[in-house]
Amino acid sequence: MLIKKPDDIKPSEITDQNTYLNRRKFIRDSGMLGLGIATSVIGLSLSKQSWAEAAPGKRPFPSLIKSPFSSDEKLTDFDDATSYCNFYEFGTRKSDPKENSQDFVATPWSVTVDGACEKPGTYTLEDILKTHALEERIYRLRCVEAWSMVIPWVGFSLGDALKRFQPTSKAKYVSFYTLHDATRMPGQKQRVLDWPYREGLRIDEAMHPLAMLAVGMYGAELPNQNGAPLRLVVPWKYGFKSIKSIVRISFTEEQPVSTWNQVQPDEYGFYSNVNPNVDHSRWSQKKERRIGNWLKQETQMFNGYADQVASLYSGMDLKKYF
Amino acid sequence: MTRAQLIIRLIKPALFLILLVPLALLVEQGFSDNLGANPVETITHQTGLWALRLLLLTLAITPLCKLTGVNELVRLRRMLGVYSFFYALLHFMTYAVLDHSFDVAAILLDVAKRPYVTVGFSVFLMLIPLAMTSTNGMIKRLGGKRWKRLHKLVYLCGLGGVIHYLWLVKADTFSPLNYLALFLLLMLFRLPARTQEKIKHLFRLTLPGRRSDTILKE
Repeated sequence: MLIKKPDDIKPSEITDQNTYLNRRKFIRDSGMLGLGIATSVIGLSLSKQSWAEAAPGKRPFPSLIKSPFSSDEKLTDFDDATSYCNFYEFGTRKSDPKENSQDFVATPWSVTVDGACEKPGTYTLEDILKTHALEERIYRLRCVEAWSMVIPWVGFSLGDALKRFQPTSKAKYVSFYTLHDATRMPGQKQRVLDWPYREGLRIDEAMHPLAMLAVGMYGAELPNQNGAPLRLVVPWKYGFKSIKSIVRISFTEEQPVSTWNQVQPDEYGFYSNVNPNVDHSRWSQKKERRIGNWLKQETQMFNGYADQVASLYSGMDLKKYF
Repeated sequence: MTRAQLIIRLIKPALFLILLVPLALLVEQGFSDNLGANPVETITHQTGLWALRLLLLTLAITPLCKLTGVNELVRLRRMLGVYSFFYALLHFMTYAVLDHSFDVAAILLDVAKRPYVTVGFSVFLMLIPLAMTSTNGMIKRLGGKRWKRLHKLVYLCGLGGVIHYLWLVKADTFSPLNYLALFLLLMLFRLPARTQEKIKHLFRLTLPGRRSDTILKE
């Protein structure tokens, strides 16, 4: 498969982004260290190593490969990206996940792999991670609720991870399950959704290089409210497809059930590709509000990743398979 | 001071100021950058919620008069109603300006296409004549009977407001259903006295003791 690079990459601008973030860390460090120019110099030398914004108890990653798939758009504020979340496992209000996930313990973690594959089993997170070099990928995230963010994820290609389990020819789809444990995820005490949360992709979608498994964001391990310790990121689909806190991966021959599709099949399709021409039945998808902006902007087909992913859907009626 | 004087001279001006607090809080949070990651959404939700709350509070005045015997409370009712319209206006303006940049065609399309917007917009339109006729002068001009008939629209507004809220949430209907329950409870008081007696009687049959009264009062 020929994978075109996105048009909007300018490596120089990615560096600018780092400088920008370094400056913020520099200001913060110097603020923490106290006063005076002398301390500011120490702050500057600290920030030179790497930038990272970490939630409490989460470690920064020492080094990351910069991905050519990255966007050069302005990053969403870390505070916004970590305090405005849809993660019903910790409550249905946007502010709930941050408030209710602080005691969540994400280690140790393991993932059960089953279904149509040669290497089923239970893998620890460390085991899954060890064969991959971690990359930083700056992706746009478009929520089905018509808001969007730009987030620097840390992770690796989903396809690379899946190949290791050797899916068989019967593996037409792959499905993912979030942890189901109401003692650790208090939102699951309410039956607002049919727990556990489930999502799925067609196998060729899953194997697409843009699809990634993320273990971090903003240079550090994933905050609990953003799906620690392992989540999916599929940037050309609405955010709810990017399932969080994954404990099971299953290869199937039939199209798997996905949670929101189960709740409201006429509002949330299995594919749920970002598409400004197909409205949600209760609101328009033509525009989106980029978090940090007051006015809305146009939504792009496949969230701006059409060059790379449109071929996956050639010949399909995207109004029918929304 | 008589009870009526107390309500008009003290409680009413105090309430007037108190009802500005939700707006003042939004402005304060706006300036201190505390409206959250999506300030427009926060403003939309808060102004909408306060419009609905004040509308239901307006509808609660008559039952409150009946339950407490303080009929002078009715003197607060029009102000509450106008305040509900005030927050509904802010709610609509947020939607029109910050969501749609005053694009009239896009707004009309949205109103026509999306049931929860259709209902919300209709409520807003219905509130306009109610707010406009809320002065003493207008009551005189219309005449009490016609004024009362026109202001029966407020029941439709209450129902529409609750439905607007119920239809826009994604999965968690807990909060809008609470408002719906409150609205229906307030409507019970509008039933003819004999029907109300029958309902009370039903409650007494199903619930022991005097719990039926507490339930109606809550």
